[in-house]
Amino acid sequence: MNDVITFKAKDYKSGVKPIWCPGCGHFSVFNAVTKAMAGLGMNKDDTVLVSGIGCSSRLPAYVDSYGFHGVHGRGLAIAQGLKVARPELTVIAMGGDGDGFSIGGNHFMHACRRNVDITYVVMDNEVYGMTKGQASPTTPMDWDHSKLTPHGPGVRPFKPAALALAAGAPWIARAYSGNPNQMAHLLAQAIEFPGFSFLHVLSQCITFCPQQTDWKAIVNERQDAALEDEDEAARLFLHEDGFQTGLLYQRQRPTWPPEAAPPNDPDLTGGFRL
Amino acid sequence: MSLSIAITGAGGAGVISCGELLLQGWAREGGRGLLRKAFGPQIRGGESAALLKLTEHERYTAATSYDVLLALDWNNFSRFEDEIRLRPDSWIICEPDEDIPAAVLALEPRIARLPIAALAAQAHSDGRVNMIAVGVLGKLLGLSHTSLAGLAAQKLGHKPASYQQAATACIAEGQQYDLEITVDTPRREAGNRWYISGNQAAGLGALEAGVRFVAAYPITPASDVLEWMAGGLEKVGGNLVQAEDELAAINMTIGAAFGGVTAFTATSGPGLALMTESIGLAVASETPVTVFNVQRGGPSTGIPTKSEQSDLDIALHGLHGDAPHLVLAPLNIADCVYTTAWAVKLARHLQTPAIVLSDQFIGQSSAIVTEPRRCEVQLAAKRADDNDYLRYRLTEDGVSAVAAPGEPDRRFTADGLEHNEKGTPSASNADHQRQLDKRARKLTAFDYGSDWADLNGNGEVALLCFGSASAAVEEAAALLAQRGFTTRTIALRLLAPLPHDALHAALEGSSELVIVEQNHSAQLWRYLRGAMDFAQRLHSYAIAGPVPLSAELIAHYCEEVLAP
Ligand SMILES: Cc1ncc(C[n+]2csc(CCOP(=O)(O)OP(=O)(O)O)c2C)c(N)n1
Ligand code: SF4
Repeated sequence: MNDVITFKAKDYKSGVKPIWCPGCGHFSVFNAVTKAMAGLGMNKDDTVLVSGIGCSSRLPAYVDSYGFHGVHGRGLAIAQGLKVARPELTVIAMGGDGDGFSIGGNHFMHACRRNVDITYVVMDNEVYGMTKGQASPTTPMDWDHSKLTPHGPGVRPFKPAALALAAGAPWIARAYSGNPNQMAHLLAQAIEFPGFSFLHVLSQCITFCPQQTDWKAIVNERQDAALEDEDEAARLFLHEDGFQTGLLYQRQRPTWPPEAAPPNDPDLTGGFRL
Repeated sequence: MSLSIAITGAGGAGVISCGELLLQGWAREGGRGLLRKAFGPQIRGGESAALLKLTEHERYTAATSYDVLLALDWNNFSRFEDEIRLRPDSWIICEPDEDIPAAVLALEPRIARLPIAALAAQAHSDGRVNMIAVGVLGKLLGLSHTSLAGLAAQKLGHKPASYQQAATACIAEGQQYDLEITVDTPRREAGNRWYISGNQAAGLGALEAGVRFVAAYPITPASDVLEWMAGGLEKVGGNLVQAEDELAAINMTIGAAFGGVTAFTATSGPGLALMTESIGLAVASETPVTVFNVQRGGPSTGIPTKSEQSDLDIALHGLHGDAPHLVLAPLNIADCVYTTAWAVKLARHLQTPAIVLSDQFIGQSSAIVTEPRRCEVQLAAKRADDNDYLRYRLTEDGVSAVAAPGEPDRRFTADGLEHNEKGTPSASNADHQRQLDKRARKLTAFDYGSDWADLNGNGEVALLCFGSASAAVEEAAALLAQRGFTTRTIALRLLAPLPHDALHAALEGSSELVIVEQNHSAQLWRYLRGAMDFAQRLHSYAIAGPVPLSAELIAHYCEEVLAP
């Protein structure tokens, strides 16, 4: 009989000390990531964490796997290039709401649409933490704590889950930094899902949005099974308050790239010879 | 001697196909030549020109004037007036009842009237005027019907059989027509030759150097590199992703390269501008990528369909921070194979981005070339053999051992943040200085061998250029030699890091240095003056596109500035 090896979350930590403020929600995402990796018994050498720039995007360096900390907004593109080139790897992209929905918004849409088999974790704190507290695409209209927009951004926040659905994401879930066990569980499912899995994490920024501690009272865990019907999911994502957690939508779609025909002709020069 | 033939007509009339068939037919009979394609700004229904230059050698410059102009129609001919220069002894072939533009008539050229449309209709109910042109010009060049009809059938292979019949009939009709003009044709000699464009050659060089991942965002005049590679990758294996923009394209390329797969993207000026932030990421994270830039008229959207060498500044200096990287430039169509492959191999070995500066002229022109030289240099990626792996280890030559995901016990996080040897983010002065030094050192300590430039001659007057300007510069040197100057030419293939010592050595014994380039602000001249001291008297010949560099004008400039 094989020995049962149990992996511990701490085995997946690199030992690099996080720069985050005490109480930052990203700590629990970090814990959930390592927990999920331990739970799945993931091979560290075959796992790559890819991120953009922001407090949240620092996470890959803290995990003992391969990682790539790229530039602001482009983590998803790096992750997709890597996965397409090396399909046998497990690739997890991550970053903040500014990184993923503002500067990287185009890549988010197209990653949902392309459906490369990667997982994308957005740590949404409705603010730009790293640059010290400016409004992001998910900041409430009237949030007036930034000197840059002293009267609030005055622009409707957008709904990441609705956008993901419209763009074609086949797997959409939401987690909350106050519930790392649920998050780890969802992450494990996301990693195992064959296709682009989008995990939207409500991850509080204690420093610039201390009011987010109130989220604890608002979040509610979805009791029903994940929706499979696009219309129902659209209705949910357009009208919900954004605080329902759990696996919200799941549907199988063919991943990209499709299986390629084997290389058929090593001679590249034939067409040029006269 | 050379013979230049321009064929013009409405976009969609098939003038480019006409030029291709003629050049291929000419090549099959041992001839050499260049086909330049000129397009107006409209996508379809605009106008296009096939500009043929048949030669006795392979030093392909754009023709400065044309011996023959066959105009399928005269609509919008004025768009090409700058490019299609005519002389009083030029032959104009056109429809009998069409008015020739006054500017053309003013030259008093020789005119041969050809009822093109009528002949096409007479030859076949689906007859096309461009195939009449193939017949008429084919006869002028002494090409056989079998050869031309065979090539046309090959080209139309995917179309219904009636197309091929129509083409064959029209070619025959054109060949039978007695236009009563003759031209002198260049000497031909059999040889092992290829018909290839610079963009195809670049794709070939990249794949032969091991590129197996391409990310693509379409842009004129680079799309054909990517399109050719899409087909090429199916032959050899690998992936091409059409990205949502150039930001994605460069980052996908970086992701694949991080995965240990040789990765490549191609673009033009506007796309290169979008990519520069992430090219800096490739520098900092030491990820090898090749960015193949087919230059066009700039800035901004500029002149997308025409050539210029005006992206040198951005290629050299566009990155933020101190970001040493490779910049190379292919010297001609055939050299696109070699230089692109070399760039890919250098990037992979030195773990840094390489920007390759081709341009629309060599990229979108097709030519008959002797089988291109290949890049045989073997540059293995340095691998770690110790247990104490450090991704950004400080080494004497600056090159650290690579590792890719999947390799046991080599885990690291690549980072665009300044980092220590392990890759852990660090803002310390010591780490910054050491990593900056290392990244610079790995490029300057490397021995690039003799291919940093093509050198010819050892005369008093040095003509120096980069990339595609080399053919015009060679031709100018030949003209100057006829006029009593002793010359030498230096065509830079490697622009960064600048091989100072080799360049000094190559200039040894010259007293005048003329720097030739196709841009407005003398980018190469400024770069070289900032980078090194010269013992020679310096002269700058910098002329913006879109009109191709002219050897005659370069020679003329030299004569003026060198006059005692
Ligand atoms: C091209 C570019 N523009 C701007 C920045 C500055 N910047 C760094 S992080 C950041 C926003 C981070 O916010 P978010 O992604 O929400 O992550 P958080 O810090 O909140 O976790 C910005 C604007 C940058 N690094 N690069
Ligand atoms: S600023 Fe906000 S997001 Fe950044 S580490 Fe501090 S609490 Fe976290």
